[in-house]
Amino acid sequence: MMIVALTKERTPMSLILILEQVLNGLQFGVMLFLMAAGLTLVFGVMGLINLAHGALYMVGAFAAAAVAGWTGSFVLALMASLAAAAAAGALVEVTVIRRLYDRDHLDQVLATFALILIFSEGTRWLFGSFPLFLDVPSYLSGPVMLPGGIQYPLYRLAIIVIGLVVGAGLFWLIARTRIGVQIRAGEADREMIAALGVDISKLYTLVFALGAALAGLAGALVGAIQSVQVGMGEPVLILAFVVIVIGGIGSIKGALVGALLVGLTDTLGGVFLPRLFALLMEPASAASLGASLASMLIYILMAAVLLVRPSGLFGGSA
Amino acid sequence: MKILKSLAMATAVSTLALAAQAETKIGMITTLSGGGAGLGVDVRDGFMLAIEAAGRDDIEVVIEDDQRKPESAVQIADRMIQSEKVDIMTGIIWSNLAMAVVPAATAQDVFYLSPNAGPSVLAGKRCHKNYFNVAWQNDNLHEAAGAYANDAALKNSFILAPNYPAGKDALTGYKRMYGGELAGEIYTKLGQTDYAAEIAQIRASGADSVYFFLPGGMGISFLKQYADSGVDLPVVGPAFSFDQGILQAVGAAALGIKNTSQWNKDIDNAANTAFVADFQAKYGRLPSLYASQGFDTANLILSALDKAEVKDQDAFRAALKAAEFDSVRGDFKFGDNHHPVQNIYVREVIQEGDVFTNKIIATGLSDHADAYASECNM
Repeated sequence: MMIVALTKERTPMSLILILEQVLNGLQFGVMLFLMAAGLTLVFGVMGLINLAHGALYMVGAFAAAAVAGWTGSFVLALMASLAAAAAAGALVEVTVIRRLYDRDHLDQVLATFALILIFSEGTRWLFGSFPLFLDVPSYLSGPVMLPGGIQYPLYRLAIIVIGLVVGAGLFWLIARTRIGVQIRAGEADREMIAALGVDISKLYTLVFALGAALAGLAGALVGAIQSVQVGMGEPVLILAFVVIVIGGIGSIKGALVGALLVGLTDTLGGVFLPRLFALLMEPASAASLGASLASMLIYILMAAVLLVRPSGLFGGSA
Repeated sequence: MKILKSLAMATAVSTLALAAQAETKIGMITTLSGGGAGLGVDVRDGFMLAIEAAGRDDIEVVIEDDQRKPESAVQIADRMIQSEKVDIMTGIIWSNLAMAVVPAATAQDVFYLSPNAGPSVLAGKRCHKNYFNVAWQNDNLHEAAGAYANDAALKNSFILAPNYPAGKDALTGYKRMYGGELAGEIYTKLGQTDYAAEIAQIRASGADSVYFFLPGGMGISFLKQYADSGVDLPVVGPAFSFDQGILQAVGAAALGIKNTSQWNKDIDNAANTAFVADFQAKYGRLPSLYASQGFDTANLILSALDKAEVKDQDAFRAALKAAEFDSVRGDFKFGDNHHPVQNIYVREVIQEGDVFTNKIIATGLSDHADAYASECNM
């Protein structure tokens, strides 16, 4: 609150602006959660580091853009993104990933990095080097007026709602269904669950495809307000790893809390740090120093969390 | 179709590469994979269009992909200079890659012709007799935008650019010409894709206009989100966010936006008309400004080769400096620091059928030279 009061002298900052930025942080966090949920499940259940998760995000976005281009329907596009990413995920799991579970993490990193290159160049081969068009559907476009006079894009609100609904669905799936029991059992003890007669390879394929579908959905949702292009998944992948490390590997709850923390820290830090520095130095260097420090902020957050809780906020005793 | 085309392209390139007793060897390092590949592909396609049209079998072009990574650009450059023994190099898109490659190349008696990147240092203090920039100095399009903002009576701009050298050059260029107040100045993260936080600040700032430099995918994201935000202040930008490669991805969100460029497909001269038609016939898409820069670079080399052998460095350099070729921009000449002195136009994004493109509505700056020329002692 100090910051806000002090900055008033130079640039007035209203409560509305702060609330709007909190919403932006939430929306970013929810999108990160969709990415991180799959990543943390795959890491938790199969012990696999999957660098190609960002490629599945890209697959979802491209599938959505292609289907939206053919049919003009955004709902069909979202369904296509889920289906295409899940199919790509299942295919990759059966052909490549399955051979990596027993290998060490370095082999997994190398093989899934190769998958990134294959997916990227394959996508370029199919769709060309230029970004594709995917737009917000007309019924979700434009801003709405929220109570308190905040003007906020309807589509971003929709992303928050979709993300929270999907999150609730995931909690239900993990906590209340038979598959959820198997997934939790798989995280606790892989050998034992196989010995108990659960078809572990089918379960792995299913979990991988589920994670892929969530990544694909995130790609499609975000593709409508960003650019659908080759390589779009990798920057998000890095953030998703930060999220699951903060949240604790394998924990869906950790992924949600971590994603919201990262989303809010990144958004609010980017807005308020330059203003804070502007109190101490001239505006141009404050802007550039503030921007530089803001982009480090989530990594500082990660380091701080790991200092206090080395296995993440909701991590087990790994 | 795409596959066939790239096969045809590859064959064309390798045929050229196999041409016996090539007397002039050109090394092109450009970005053909990863996020910025669209720009490199356009420069390469424009360049090869001119080379193939010339039909000369004494020119060999070696093309390599730098993946937008300075370290791989440096490696490729070393290999091209030391083992391939190229005479001329070209192709680099990004200023940070150019800074890593160009000074070393020109110091080893290789000519470097930039089809895109124009960092200020290479125009000023570290200019070199073997370095020619055929596109623009980095600040130029932004300066024209600042001049346009004055003409359009914009008084309170909110300006933003990524936090890296070309981003700072961009805002410096805009402010050099712009005479009004600044409602805000933001440096965003390089590669940032979500601009909700910045748009909220624009909304709260009381600005009367927005100027942004966000090349490639960053610009697509910004424009779509801006159009959806309900903020309807006029937007001005350099051509980099409104080129032919990305306008289709932005869609209607870009309609009506003013942007500055040294080239557009409606510049009325024979060379340009033929270029636009040939490019479209060969590659099945409209050319971008990057393609026009690649095409001009190749034609400049060809015009110089008609007058002098590349091994006779002084004569060849003089022939390059004379720039006696039919530029698709119309009049084209080099200043003393080997950077273009040219018109920079203001364009507006329009829709032709279902294709989004630009048309020229005004001249932003006439016969404009860069601000660093006086620092160059050549």
